[in-house]
Amino acid sequence: MAVDKKIKELQEKRKKVLLGGGEQAIEKQKAMGKRTARERIMSLLDRNSFIEYDMFVEHDARDFDMDKKSLPSDGVIIGSGTINGSPVAVFAQDFTVAGGSLGHMHSRKIVKIMDHALKMRIPLIGINDSGGARIQEGVNSLAGYGEIFFRNTISSGIIPQISVILGPCAGGAVYSPALMDFVFVVDNISKMFITGPEVIKTVLGEEISMEELGGARVHSEITGNAHFFAESEDECFEQIKKLVSFIPANNTHNTIIAETSEPDGRFNPEKIVPDDPTLPYDVKDVIRSIVDKSEFFEIMELYAKNIVIGFGRMGGRTTGFVANQPLEMAGVLDVDSSDKAARFIRYCDAFNIPIVTLVDLPGYLPGVDQEHAGVIRHGAKILYAYSEATVPKLTVILRKAYGGGYIAMSSRHLRADFVFAWPTAEIAVMGPEGAANIIFKKEITSSDDPEAMRKKKVEEYKAKFANPYVAASRGYVDAVIEPKETRRFLLHAMEVSQNKVVKLLDKKHGIPPF
Amino acid sequence: MQESDDLGILNINNSLYRTRLSRKFRNRKPYKPSDPGIIPSFIPGTVLEILVKKGQKVNEGDDLIILDAMKMQNRLKCHKKGKIKKIFVKKGDRVSKGTNLIEIE
Repeated sequence: MAVDKKIKELQEKRKKVLLGGGEQAIEKQKAMGKRTARERIMSLLDRNSFIEYDMFVEHDARDFDMDKKSLPSDGVIIGSGTINGSPVAVFAQDFTVAGGSLGHMHSRKIVKIMDHALKMRIPLIGINDSGGARIQEGVNSLAGYGEIFFRNTISSGIIPQISVILGPCAGGAVYSPALMDFVFVVDNISKMFITGPEVIKTVLGEEISMEELGGARVHSEITGNAHFFAESEDECFEQIKKLVSFIPANNTHNTIIAETSEPDGRFNPEKIVPDDPTLPYDVKDVIRSIVDKSEFFEIMELYAKNIVIGFGRMGGRTTGFVANQPLEMAGVLDVDSSDKAARFIRYCDAFNIPIVTLVDLPGYLPGVDQEHAGVIRHGAKILYAYSEATVPKLTVILRKAYGGGYIAMSSRHLRADFVFAWPTAEIAVMGPEGAANIIFKKEITSSDDPEAMRKKKVEEYKAKFANPYVAASRGYVDAVIEPKETRRFLLHAMEVSQNKVVKLLDKKHGIPPF
Repeated sequence: MQESDDLGILNINNSLYRTRLSRKFRNRKPYKPSDPGIIPSFIPGTVLEILVKKGQKVNEGDDLIILDAMKMQNRLKCHKKGKIKKIFVKKGDRVSKGTNLIEIE
């Protein structure tokens, strides 16, 4: 056979495989508002950057007449390409081939790209769109999931792992995304659950739609399984590209340094925070008043809104922000917000991203539901995460920092490198109202006019303790600064912290409160 | 699913904060101590068999109900001596976790 004939043969083989599950299946996929697996990869990666591996892999199942069936690429596309010029490894399940079901060879392809990403120390992006285990392949299919979970775990903290749910992802399959760093979902397309509506109906007689049980909104607002919510696949891919622009390729890299530029003038830190500690404001405006270009990329925007997490740049360098949000639930710490913040702190620490913490909180949320939900165990995660983190930790106390909340929010005592406080800061064991009621209980109850006495004592306590100067006199606060000086002080602190070295004691690993 | 934009009041240590209240917080159920006489279902399932009648005297350890759940037949046992005051379910009922099954006095 002449060379050109062989080339033609290859072209034809490729053409056949590129059709996936065939035209009809592709039409069905489109009717659901979904792109095909290869189209998704093309939309996500830089133009013409994608190289596909294992295109000609076929399944190896023999039972149930499977040997008579061909499944092109075995229902999953793998390969590598670039995003904004940086290499990434990708897999995308192809729902048009046997419903994207996961069998032995399908899982071996995913495992191959995972091993590749880990070896090359580049981010892994997985696009899930699958009906689940391929039942005909029995335990081989379960083995495949197990191999994937194992690799998710050992890769954690070494390379970024990004999971994109663009279809069903049910049963055991959900645990791969759950083990990854960031989960992206799209409204009306993503569906994640352990047991689906059918099983719930059979067992409980309860009827619920897939969307209400495990749709994109549910995982973004209620469960906290998803980190980014989008209205469309396009928006989702834009979010992924943006995330990739902020994070380093692996845990030995420092973040890409972008050009620095000043925040825009719309956000004046002096005008954002009201002096009265019981009044709300949007802490994201404070972040925007500090970061380059006033550009803040929020993570988990819809979940546990009482804490804000996300990335911004300081002098071009990617910085993780953790901030109490007085606009939502007065910015309290609770079960959900503790989980949200703690995991982000650990992410930043694993990938050498400095953390700026903005503090304004009245403490932990009281309530039977919180106590019974384990707010002790969950709240402890924040303490653990900050204490363990060795990246530069910079703290700005904007206003309230009361009690356990003061300690938890990257205080000096958990080894913050720099603690700045605004003149509006109130660093105390609790709010003046509560404190005065306890300390001056005798004076108040024995007074002829207890209410007037109480007011007087609250004022007394306020004047004496509701300020940053007591903490500053102990050196717990390094500097009391004007709001408009915040960026300058933080930039300086970042500069000084660049060569920070902290050696934790040698150990196999700690035992964080999960 | 939009969170209400109206500001509410949250009381933390006697300070009243003006802030948005989350749906989870607004929908939280006030705590009620559990009634020691009532046996609830500990797992979702189907009532396969009711082994006692109203008014019957029972001892600690007696079987009360067989609940079919998670492919297992679970025998619910009586936790104290007494009399069956009320049976809330009938054979074949599907129950969710926490559904009251039997009251003992």
